[in-house]
Amino acid sequence: MKVLVPVKRVIDYNVKVRVKSDGSGVDLANVKMSMNPFDEIAVEEAIRLKEAGTADEVIAVSIGVKQAQETLRTALAMGADRAILVVAADDVHQDIEPLAVAKILAKVVEEEGAGLVLAGKQAIDNDMNATGQMLSALLGWSQATFASDLKIEGEHAVVTREVDGGLQTIKVKMPAIVTVDLRLNEPRYASLPNIMKAKKKPLDEKTAADYGIDVSPRLEVVKTSEPETRQAGEIVPDVDTLVAKLKEKGII
Amino acid sequence: MLESFDQSEELQMFREAVRKMSEKEFAPIAAQIDDEDAMPDKVMPLLRDMGLVQLQVSEAYEGPGGTLLMNCIAKEEVARHSFAVSHLVGACDFAMVLPLRAFGTEEQRRHFLPQVATGNITAAIGLTEPGTGSDVSGIKTTARRDGDHWVINGQKTFITKGDTAKFINVIARTSEGTRGGGLSSFLVEQRTPGLTIGGAVRKMGLRGIKSVDLFFDDLRVPAENMIGAEGQGFKNTMHCLNYNRPTVAASALGLAQGALDAAVAYANEREQFGQKVIQFQAIGHKLAEMRIQIEAARALLYRVCALADSGATNGLAEMASCAKAFASNTAMQVTTEAVQVFGGAGYLCDNPVERMMRDAKVTQIYEGTTEIQKLIIARSMVA
Repeated sequence: MKVLVPVKRVIDYNVKVRVKSDGSGVDLANVKMSMNPFDEIAVEEAIRLKEAGTADEVIAVSIGVKQAQETLRTALAMGADRAILVVAADDVHQDIEPLAVAKILAKVVEEEGAGLVLAGKQAIDNDMNATGQMLSALLGWSQATFASDLKIEGEHAVVTREVDGGLQTIKVKMPAIVTVDLRLNEPRYASLPNIMKAKKKPLDEKTAADYGIDVSPRLEVVKTSEPETRQAGEIVPDVDTLVAKLKEKGII
Repeated sequence: MLESFDQSEELQMFREAVRKMSEKEFAPIAAQIDDEDAMPDKVMPLLRDMGLVQLQVSEAYEGPGGTLLMNCIAKEEVARHSFAVSHLVGACDFAMVLPLRAFGTEEQRRHFLPQVATGNITAAIGLTEPGTGSDVSGIKTTARRDGDHWVINGQKTFITKGDTAKFINVIARTSEGTRGGGLSSFLVEQRTPGLTIGGAVRKMGLRGIKSVDLFFDDLRVPAENMIGAEGQGFKNTMHCLNYNRPTVAASALGLAQGALDAAVAYANEREQFGQKVIQFQAIGHKLAEMRIQIEAARALLYRVCALADSGATNGLAEMASCAKAFASNTAMQVTTEAVQVFGGAGYLCDNPVERMMRDAKVTQIYEGTTEIQKLIIARSMVA
């Protein structure tokens, strides 16, 4: 079985995000970028499936700007076998919307004959949480989202999902799209031997046009703004003062 | 911390992987390693799996084929949390990888380097003796030819990692000679009859990495274990130092960075006279000065690495000395100032900066004292 893992290049989670002065989005010029952390978990899970003999090949795919090949190299260094870069934008500020990404991924899945797609539940830049679900609809495949545990049992995938208030375990028919949550696994460190090996692994470069997909935006960003700065707190000496303060503010 | 502007994402990926490992695995045990003066068994396998023990062994000999720059990045990131553990990154470089690469025969490389490439072994260099230090001309350990073997007699002291090393590169006198002449280099395997490992000395810092005395009593080493030509041992070792001193600078740099990280975190937290102490100019400027030293040391170190990795040899020795001297002085100054930023809390043995200050001192002493580095730099400028 081939496992396809879509990976997105996003602003690094350690970077303090700044909004562009015209409010059109987040400033990404000369900012440290890295693999979406949820995608890292998906890559790790795919590699574990391969190590367990369940998967034969792990293919990482990224759709975006040319620089995303660095993100793919990270996936290769972790242990993916090969990578496909679909160049769909020139400007790092142009985000490819979930529907366009899902349409391209659907084509790649068909072309590769993949039997499982492991994706991050969402990307930490736009938090859309949509690509996996759209891909499942486009392919007519089963979907299992927010996975915190995954087992492949013959023709089925048994997935434990993190849902509000607890865990839900479902069994879905393969082929399937599984979107992964934070607690599924802890991604490995990219070791030096694997980083060096990754340089020699194949990385195919394609364009959105190769798949005949129109990636022009359907959504319009109206405004992007910084979150309100938090007000400084106050330390109270005892419970009575706390209760008095809360009453004063009309909270209780 | 800002990443160096000129580093590829591949190097950044590598740095980040080592950083994550160091934070998770070594930060929690650094104090214990120092306290118990012992290296936990789990450390070597962690470094091995990351490819760090065997980092510079080339792919031709089954290693990962890392560069000196990578070695320095790894040492820096590990030393940020544990200076002792950073000594196991490239643990066979000075004694084996560098001399074999430069002076070994193809047969020797094929015999020894794949053993290093497993990442399971360390090696030590046996240079210093009770009567020698910066001046190696007084080396009294001798090697006498006997058929297809050499017979070694003598004593070495302060041999770092000498207790656990699988191989010891022993520099012994094979003929009379002035200054560094008449010395040769031999790879002696652990547990060879005639080798006695003495007790470990107690040190101010670098605890967890043992330094021991070694005694050689009619120890027989096969002639094929001589690395490089007879009589060239000192010259060859000096050559290898050009590639090893930058890695000492890297450990010193990591130590300084770790101390700055701790001092900055504390200064942003600790309040006096109604404000965070970082708001006081006296502390803010102190931290700024520490940062300036570190950034300069890092830039100098990477410059030397770029030079060495490019294959250039011209001017490398004095540049390596510049980086080593500057980074080790930086480590001493920055760790001392970090203790000052912490005030009374910094003087307590449970505080990491206290350990870092003790660790820093050795960087000005081993692998050629700061004074020797200046001597090398000064001599390179004599017309």
